[in-house]
Amino acid sequence: MGLTRIPQKTGSAVLRFFAYFGQVVGLIGELAVTLFTCRPRVRLAGRQIVDIGFGSQLVVVVTGAFTGAVFAAQVYFKFSELGLGTATGPVVSLAMCRELGPVLAGIMVSGRVGAAMAAEIGTMKVTEQIDALRSMGISPVDYLVMPRVIGMFVSMPLLVAESVGFGILAGYVMVVHIFGVPAVWFEHQVVSNTTLPDIAIGMIKGFVFGGLIVLISCREGLYANRGAVGVGKATTAAVVISSLAILVSNLFLSFLLNHFFPLGSSGFDS
Amino acid sequence: MSQLEKSEYFIEVEGLKRNLGGRQVLDGVNINFQTGKCTVLLGRSGEGKSVLLKHLLGLMRPDSGSIRIDGEEITTLSERRMRPVRKKVGILFQDGALFDSMTIAENVAFPLQEEGIRNRKVLLEKAVEVLELVGLAEHVAKMPNDISGGMRKRVSLARAIITRPQCILYDEPTAGLDPVTADSIDQLIAHLADEFSITSVVVTHDLKSMHTVADRVAMLRSGKIYFDGTVKGLEASVDPVIVNFLDGNSEDEPDVFA
Ligand SMILES: Nc1ncnc2c1ncn2[C@@H]1O[C@H](COP(=O)(O)OP(=O)(O)OP(=O)(O)O)[C@@H](O)[C@H]1O
Ligand SMILES: [Mg+2]
Repeated sequence: MGLTRIPQKTGSAVLRFFAYFGQVVGLIGELAVTLFTCRPRVRLAGRQIVDIGFGSQLVVVVTGAFTGAVFAAQVYFKFSELGLGTATGPVVSLAMCRELGPVLAGIMVSGRVGAAMAAEIGTMKVTEQIDALRSMGISPVDYLVMPRVIGMFVSMPLLVAESVGFGILAGYVMVVHIFGVPAVWFEHQVVSNTTLPDIAIGMIKGFVFGGLIVLISCREGLYANRGAVGVGKATTAAVVISSLAILVSNLFLSFLLNHFFPLGSSGFDS
Repeated sequence: MSQLEKSEYFIEVEGLKRNLGGRQVLDGVNINFQTGKCTVLLGRSGEGKSVLLKHLLGLMRPDSGSIRIDGEEITTLSERRMRPVRKKVGILFQDGALFDSMTIAENVAFPLQEEGIRNRKVLLEKAVEVLELVGLAEHVAKMPNDISGGMRKRVSLARAIITRPQCILYDEPTAGLDPVTADSIDQLIAHLADEFSITSVVVTHDLKSMHTVADRVAMLRSGKIYFDGTVKGLEASVDPVIVNFLDGNSEDEPDVFA
């Protein structure tokens, strides 16, 4: 019985995807209008920076450090077999900068911050607090979304930098202190093989991922309905959708950014 | 009509229709609310009174029909162009809708703060002033979750009146209050309407409230305005629906639980 309905179901899923996309684009449009028509809410944005940036440090640092350490260990096991043990440093550093740092920070922040945003805004929606704002002539996008966007855009690149930094540091501890590779080798290899473009790629990705998280989570919150169940659904959806969006967009971003900052130019020939 | 002369009706609603979840909740509502007068809106639970109030502020959009506030058609306004209109109208939500991240005082002072008053001392003074009117001045520092439902409702009332809007929509202001407090709230609503000529719309099930505040009374039923007139007219009516409503008699009524 189900087979005949597959095209129908696919059709409605595609429609829903575009509707969702339209809502997120609409949110961006409203943010743009808000940027030009409303005074900046410095205090609220400041609180978001503290919440997002300061509050997420521990999770981001821990995930970055442990991933950097374990990644360094695995790479070293294979590389030392091939006589390339000293090349471990640059591999860890490039992987952290270009991929692991931004993706891990993004996933952790979507779980920690995105979920909280969706739950908070969603609760305000279902308890009519959003209607109360609107009834006073205040735009929820101006009052709730904009400060979160600012907080995210300020925090996310810094969090990525921290994740990358602690990842490389943990790799250093692993390779130098546990496996006994001379520290100067590690340092020299990392510094001479990590270029500005590598760092730029990490920051740009952090920026984009932060944008995805905040837009998707706020969209989920603003469209929440049906009480506590609805808020729960919005929260789950915020985390799942923004995590998927991060992973999928990361692939395209990698190709796009590699086009501008080719990996070969900073290769292993030094 | 000259600019100075106030039009007779602050809110004019014509042919308002709205379908919600497959049910025609508003099915051609026609009603005008007189400027500076207090209109009580009656109707059984689930008839769409709250939905109607939300339409009056543009918080919900109708499927068809027209709403004019202070002469301005709002059904076609964008959310942004609606903002100045909304500043003329305050609303007390049925469930309070207080901001749960703010204290009582911050909640009440919030509309003023948004209008540009930044001095915290002035804000607190103004908040205490209106909170005194609803008998809650000593609770300024509490959070909304730490006070009772009836108290939340009164805080919400204080928040609605602090900017002295030209019009206030009250959604069941006295539901859940003891008779004495309810009466003081009714007195306050009547006082605001008389003293400051605030156009008021009061949704209530409380017939005693109606007697205290109403200049006019309307009844919503099956998505239409079933009665629109004076309290005397309502009470003199021999229409069985109205008589049953006033007597609280459910015998000839279709079962709401069906
Ligand atoms: N967002 C919504 N989606 C679907 N249906 C809704 C929505 N809001 C209200 N309704 C329906 O509209 C009808 C009217 O609801 P409303 O809250 O206006 O009733 P009411 O007259 O205020 O009742 P009460 O006196 O109990 O507050 C109800 O049947 C309700 O189920
Ligand atoms: Mg209601």
